[in-house]
Amino acid sequence: MSSVASGAIDHHHDSTTSTGISNKKLLMWIFLASDCMFFGCLISTHLIYRLHPPVGTPPASSIFSIELTSFSTFILLMSSLMMALAVNAIQKGNLKSMRASLVLTIICGLIFLGCQVFEFSEFVHVKHLTISNSILGTTFFTLTGTHGIHVLIGVIWLTTMLIYSYTGRLSEKDAIDVESMGLYWHFVDIVWIVIFTVVYLLEYI
Amino acid sequence: MADAITKSGYTAHDEKITARSSLFYRPQAKTGLMSWLTTVDHKRIGFLYGVFALFFFLVGGVEALLIRIQLAVPNNNFLSAQQYNEMFTMHATTMIFLAIMPLSAAFFNFIMPLQIGARDVAFPRLNAFSLWVFLAGAIIVNLGWFLHDGAPNGGWFGYTPLTTRAFSPNHAIDMWVMGLQLLGVASIAASLNFITTIINMRAPGLTMMRLPVFTWMTLITAFLIVLSFPAITIALVELMMDRSFSTNFFEVSNGGMPILWTHLFWVFGHPEVYILILPGMGIISEILPTFSRKPLFGYPIVVFSGACIGFLGFGVWSHHMFTTGMGTVATAAFAMTTMAIAVPTGVKIFNWIGTIWGGHISMRTPMMFALGFIWLFMFGGFSGIMHSAAPADAQQHNSYFVVAHFHYVLIGGSLFALLAGIHYWFPLMFGRKVSEFWGKLSFWVIFIGFNTTFFPMHFLGLNGMPRRTFTYDPNMGWNNSNFIATIGAFILGVGVTIYFAVMVYTYFKGERVKNDPWDGRTLEWSLPNPVPEYNYRVIPVVHARDAFWYEKQHKEEIAAEHAKLEKAESAHGGIHMPFQSIYPFIASLGILIGGVGVATIDSNPDPKVIVGKKLTVCLIGLGIFLYGVYCWALEGNEGYHLHLDGHDSSDTKH
Repeated sequence: MSSVASGAIDHHHDSTTSTGISNKKLLMWIFLASDCMFFGCLISTHLIYRLHPPVGTPPASSIFSIELTSFSTFILLMSSLMMALAVNAIQKGNLKSMRASLVLTIICGLIFLGCQVFEFSEFVHVKHLTISNSILGTTFFTLTGTHGIHVLIGVIWLTTMLIYSYTGRLSEKDAIDVESMGLYWHFVDIVWIVIFTVVYLLEYI
Repeated sequence: MADAITKSGYTAHDEKITARSSLFYRPQAKTGLMSWLTTVDHKRIGFLYGVFALFFFLVGGVEALLIRIQLAVPNNNFLSAQQYNEMFTMHATTMIFLAIMPLSAAFFNFIMPLQIGARDVAFPRLNAFSLWVFLAGAIIVNLGWFLHDGAPNGGWFGYTPLTTRAFSPNHAIDMWVMGLQLLGVASIAASLNFITTIINMRAPGLTMMRLPVFTWMTLITAFLIVLSFPAITIALVELMMDRSFSTNFFEVSNGGMPILWTHLFWVFGHPEVYILILPGMGIISEILPTFSRKPLFGYPIVVFSGACIGFLGFGVWSHHMFTTGMGTVATAAFAMTTMAIAVPTGVKIFNWIGTIWGGHISMRTPMMFALGFIWLFMFGGFSGIMHSAAPADAQQHNSYFVVAHFHYVLIGGSLFALLAGIHYWFPLMFGRKVSEFWGKLSFWVIFIGFNTTFFPMHFLGLNGMPRRTFTYDPNMGWNNSNFIATIGAFILGVGVTIYFAVMVYTYFKGERVKNDPWDGRTLEWSLPNPVPEYNYRVIPVVHARDAFWYEKQHKEEIAAEHAKLEKAESAHGGIHMPFQSIYPFIASLGILIGGVGVATIDSNPDPKVIVGKKLTVCLIGLGIFLYGVYCWALEGNEGYHLHLDGHDSSDTKH
């Protein structure tokens, strides 16, 4: 970032690289391409097994609680909005506003995770769907659990950033770090939209 | 030109605060063990990849020889059936993941940044992390040799349900699963780094269509790794869940389908064969022009056919599964795509022939290996295209014909290219050159030994000898061919031994050579040998496709330009070098400990003991990993600046 010295920071162009895209951002994009394939394989596994249920499997719609999941989906989508605001704030150099948005993103992420924990324990203890007693349980818990771990990692990452925005390690010149994190967070949300559609909504058609 | 300098990627990261780095251990050692454990220099990392790869190459070679001894005569009992299973599983796993791939990675690391005129890769510490995680994976895969449970024995493809807990109850498969998982992490991390480096850290003027072909193939291979390894990662996760948490992915009685493993494995497995061969094709595309003293014939076509192979490579996986009963439509579709992929491959062969056609050919050792590559790879390609016809494949499936085919493309293809590459770049790496006599001798012994071993296997396969059987009856008509193949294997072993003995000798005592001994064409040959830590005194400006060839034709213009660039660069604070770091190594150490815990320790059956031995070891590993990762993130990516006065380099800390 050679332009630091010259005053205004151009967050959309990194003059030290061949393409003008910063290395961190490019790495994140390629990682997300790779992560697409991870989720693609897991979602395919779920969809394939969905078409071949063993005899006597109860319909998934009798297990799911679509109201709760719709609520948590809404919350996760709102967290994406907050994340976008946080990125926008730090690019404008407004640390205070970024902190507020980050806090809200973290809270949304935690609510989503809370809903998932509640959902999992409800399924196991009330609906008797476990990871090992049926193929639906196997693919459902593995897929949504993997997504949940992604959200958890995101929350830890955001919390670390929030703390460092107070200690001074994260300042306005590190906008690219927040932006890369934002890419990850939005990706995890987009994956959830796909999961919500093909795992939950599909069962109600 | 000052503009060009700021584009170099180094000068502009000006001095950040170093006060906080005193909180962290910043190793300074330039020699000794510590310097290797903490290195972030792409050349040293490449060298280490090479050393580990060659070690495992020898291990895999010994396993191959044991297999051939067992098969030399019918009804042999040199190995038990169980030991034989371990041998062919570990031979394949070792050669693919621990020998050929890391040897390619050694070249990616060492050569690619030099070819694009960079001073390091984009993320030097991530690069070190990839190396050490690779080593952790390699250790875990091989741990079984030293443990009661034995080495993995489910084949390198690990087909379920054979590899599920019901049929492989002990930890051998757990080690294979965990080890491969880590090798995947290492490969993906390294590839993310290479892609970013090639796209973002090219020297000024080095447009994509001026990139050396080896760098292009590195880029395509890295994309293949990034997009195909997730498939095996998920397959391994599912298998691991089945084995450890009684899930039902491959459990037939609960609705699981073992064929899913086969699909996921080959969705990874087929791009993997291009991951193995494309770097070799890149190396060949560097060597042939140099020793034919002509530019590469049809450069854009070679690049695009490489990309085309990479792209089509994702659409052919089911040709490994023609006999599984996919149905006619699927079988026909995959047969067609498989035939289609032969087209860009053939195009490359014609381009290489076009390159040497009418050239001023000098028959040095790298050129011998390169020509051997073309010849043998074509053979492997011909038997490969035979497999694309599904009805024919039904006859050849799981026979020695297939073994012959993939050894022709893997040894005759990948390995010959890598051996050529070692000869070719050895002077640049170590400033010494292998003697032509010994180099050519090793070539001929390897060439003859290889063909004696694998050519008879075509006939064995067509005569019905199945793969993966530990012995055979004397009245099957397979005796002579098997015996010849075993003799060939030992000739090949002798050839490889000569090759590496000569390499080691040359490393210590070989003839010293001046810079640019082959009269090279690409940028890396403009460097002095051995290459200094900072690679380029001045980040060059690239004017043409064969950048160094152009520089040699325009000496005065380039000299003036360099002087100008050097001035501009020192005005910007000299050469920026990253600090060394121990934390990638520590993070990998945590992964190794956790991985060993997951793979080799029984989980505690007593429900009253919450934290059993397994969990304890895993948590220790996790703790060390997190410590490493957090310190790595917090120490920051600071560096120092080098100021070069004449040829002396004096470090100036900021």
